[in-house]
Amino acid sequence: MMNYNHLIFELSKEGRIGYSLPESTFNQTSIDDLDQKYLRQEAPDLPEVYELDVLRHFTNISHKNFGIETGFYPLGSCTMKYNPKINEEIASLKGFKNLHPLQASSTTQGAHHVYYELQKILSEISGLAEFTLNSYAGAHGELTGLMIIKKYHESRNDFHKNKIIIPDSAHGTNPASVVVCGMDVIEIKSNKQGRVDVKALEEAIEDRDDIAGMMLTNPNTLGIFENDICEITKLIHKAGGLMYYDGANLNALLGKVRPGDMGFDVMHINLHKTFSTPHGGGGPGSGPVGVSKALVDFLPNPRIKKLDDDFYVEHSGDAIGQISSYYGNFLISLRAYTYLLTLGKEHIKHIGPLATLNANYVKEKLKKYYDLPIDGPCMHEVVFNGLLNKETEVKTLDIAKRLLDYGMHAPTIYFPLLFPQAIMIEPPETESLQTIDEFIDVMIEIANEAQDHPERLKEAPKNTPIRRTDEVFAAKAMIFSYKDYKAYQKEGE
Amino acid sequence: MLESINIDTIDQLYRDLPKSVLYNSDYDIPSFMSETELRDYFTQLSENNQPLTLFSGLGVYDHYQPAVIDAITSRQEFMTSYTPYQPEISQGTLQYIFEYQSMIQTLTGMDVSNASMYDGTTSTAEACLMATAIRKRDKILISRTLHPNTIKVIETYLKFKGLKWDYIEAKEGITDIEDMKNKLDQDVAGVVVQNPNFFGLIESYDGFQEAIKENKSLFIVNADISTLGVLKSPYELGADIACGECQSLGMPLAFGGPYLGYLATNKKYVRKMPGRICGYTHDQDGKRSFVLTLQAREQHIRRDKANSNICSNQSLMALFVTVYLSLMGKKGLKKVNDLSYQGAHYLYDKLIKTGKFKDPFKQPFLKEFVLETSLSKDLIQEALLSNKIFGAYDLSQFGESYENLVNFAVTEKRTKKEIDRLIDVLEGLS
Repeated sequence: MMNYNHLIFELSKEGRIGYSLPESTFNQTSIDDLDQKYLRQEAPDLPEVYELDVLRHFTNISHKNFGIETGFYPLGSCTMKYNPKINEEIASLKGFKNLHPLQASSTTQGAHHVYYELQKILSEISGLAEFTLNSYAGAHGELTGLMIIKKYHESRNDFHKNKIIIPDSAHGTNPASVVVCGMDVIEIKSNKQGRVDVKALEEAIEDRDDIAGMMLTNPNTLGIFENDICEITKLIHKAGGLMYYDGANLNALLGKVRPGDMGFDVMHINLHKTFSTPHGGGGPGSGPVGVSKALVDFLPNPRIKKLDDDFYVEHSGDAIGQISSYYGNFLISLRAYTYLLTLGKEHIKHIGPLATLNANYVKEKLKKYYDLPIDGPCMHEVVFNGLLNKETEVKTLDIAKRLLDYGMHAPTIYFPLLFPQAIMIEPPETESLQTIDEFIDVMIEIANEAQDHPERLKEAPKNTPIRRTDEVFAAKAMIFSYKDYKAYQKEGE
Repeated sequence: MLESINIDTIDQLYRDLPKSVLYNSDYDIPSFMSETELRDYFTQLSENNQPLTLFSGLGVYDHYQPAVIDAITSRQEFMTSYTPYQPEISQGTLQYIFEYQSMIQTLTGMDVSNASMYDGTTSTAEACLMATAIRKRDKILISRTLHPNTIKVIETYLKFKGLKWDYIEAKEGITDIEDMKNKLDQDVAGVVVQNPNFFGLIESYDGFQEAIKENKSLFIVNADISTLGVLKSPYELGADIACGECQSLGMPLAFGGPYLGYLATNKKYVRKMPGRICGYTHDQDGKRSFVLTLQAREQHIRRDKANSNICSNQSLMALFVTVYLSLMGKKGLKKVNDLSYQGAHYLYDKLIKTGKFKDPFKQPFLKEFVLETSLSKDLIQEALLSNKIFGAYDLSQFGESYENLVNFAVTEKRTKKEIDRLIDVLEGLS
């Protein structure tokens, strides 16, 4: 099965069909009645296969994929927690799935209820006033949040406020979002403890009146809490800026700290991280954006409001505008709402502490083998800078690839950029002590192998469907479709 | 565990945090529910929604969803996996993305598709940003025959980026080429149009690509991907960038999402294209493999120099598209369009015959059309709702300029019986 090696196009035989469509009952007309000038000259080159071919093909290629139910996923900053099955069952209820977004509000009250109540729970957990669920992903949430910040300043005629401060440890989406929003980035260096250097921040904003705000992840991408957070927010607010909270690492704080209480004005949450919705191999995610009371009017359209027991849709002229077709990835919101009700106020408060406990446990157990550049308590994730033993030729990449041979996913590597051999490990709260111990044993075994049998790491992985790939070839050859592939093969003949 | 960390309680892990930010009470949110309670609660909530028989579309269509799609897309290997940064254990995801890109490539006729965007509106907005980056100009011309939601999202993106735009007016429901020619100036980076357009009309775009090319601007075509089984591809229309919504390829209505936006372009512009791209390569043993490539374009490498901030997108929805198109093949996709065409034209003829509806445009259409009516919109909606029908959507909800226009759409799922019932209900109104 692991050796299955066909493209769906290679299974195609003319005349095969895999669909079941009704026969026509309207015999007077046909699409061929349309003027030729509107019709395509050649049929698209889609495969012609039987239904069973399709099932076998995708089942076989699925076996070449690693999922959360396959094994442990210690991916830092990604919060790969278990995606409960009940979420999927609820999201497949016909009353939610078969709903057109433009139907009359009287026929979609259940969906509005989900939207409204979820945003209320997110607001409470975040210590903010209101959320929009219209943004499709974390980066989309960042852009939406920055638009709100910009709009806020414009509403006060502060058109010159267009600089956003970002620490050098930030996710790449932060600076990219700032630029897409038409603002500029001022990067701040971290101090030796990996935290925002408050003095450097003070100097950077001194005598400036163009500071629109600051984006911050807390705990930061090193898994460390920004203890000076109150001074930081004070400084930015004093400069007339707003604080943006990148919710990528919110899992660490559940039950312990609310972003609003730290002085943040705007934030996004990754429902596909903190609130257990599936990553889907890279989406669909969801990136709801929350704001403080002063910014509520700027939330994007459409908004869902409640009057007595009825929900209704509102479009406001003060909003930043519209950032999506309708209500965001609604079925993802529904999954997150299910998850929150599964835990309720009784259990959700344990998430942050348990995730933090897991990470600190891994840190203590591995620091004798891996280089821990910043000691002290971490939050939900821990960052090592390669092996403690710097004598070997083994690099972080080799360690990551060797983990695959042991049936575990690799951690996040070479991020944050502050440490050249960064290995970022996040063991979410849904993992048992046995799984975490097994991971620790494997990591220790790999550290030993690095010393005694470095070739095993250099050659890894060997037990995977494919081995290391030639990425330079991919970038050079630029074969992005079956059409390109056929042309490339022809060239070789 | 506590012992290994040298602490007595978990709370000590938070000891260095400023006291003022610690939250010491319970969240004011609902209590937990058992699985049985959850089922009851959500079943009841879902019953507060009323799925209807759909006779309007406006970008979201009630097409057939083969059972195979759910069976495959719900596999944990696809659903719970992360973005395929470790190609050795992600060939499943990477291969279907490659197949998805191949299918979008052949449907649009363009050289290269990316791995997906959030939805049709954001893919169109990103296409506009891409045109301004390629041409180093700062203005976009937007046809008035685009879906108003797409226009709104483009405007939001352009406004915040500090870019300009103008509109090309419509004449008899069709983008007015003369108006475009008058507005093509040295600032125009791109011209964006939709096919079939917001009114469901098929536009030929004769003469557009020549005028746009002469002005050194880019031609951006937003096309309903499903119709490309029969209609001229964006490539054949002369597009430099093709974009739009893929919901019509096997995705549920889902109250607006998740869907998927596609984006495709010429190879010479690939380095300015946002989003992930999957490419063919081989592993160290020479085995055929797929990887994410040209990542130097993306935010996690280029940071504030990236052309887009897009990160995770709609990978699993690309699997919906790939499975759907594998099942339909070229014949199935044509048949879907043919059946929809036949149903829509049957409904159109009957509605005109009632004398209560008039066609303000008299242009060719495929599965969707708008009519003018003097009937009261409230009366229509009341009558349709009591018959559990969503249809005759009042376009004035998108703006006053659409007054007296109502939308109809018919897909292959609508039976003759359902259409006749709709006609009966509308015929009875006065």
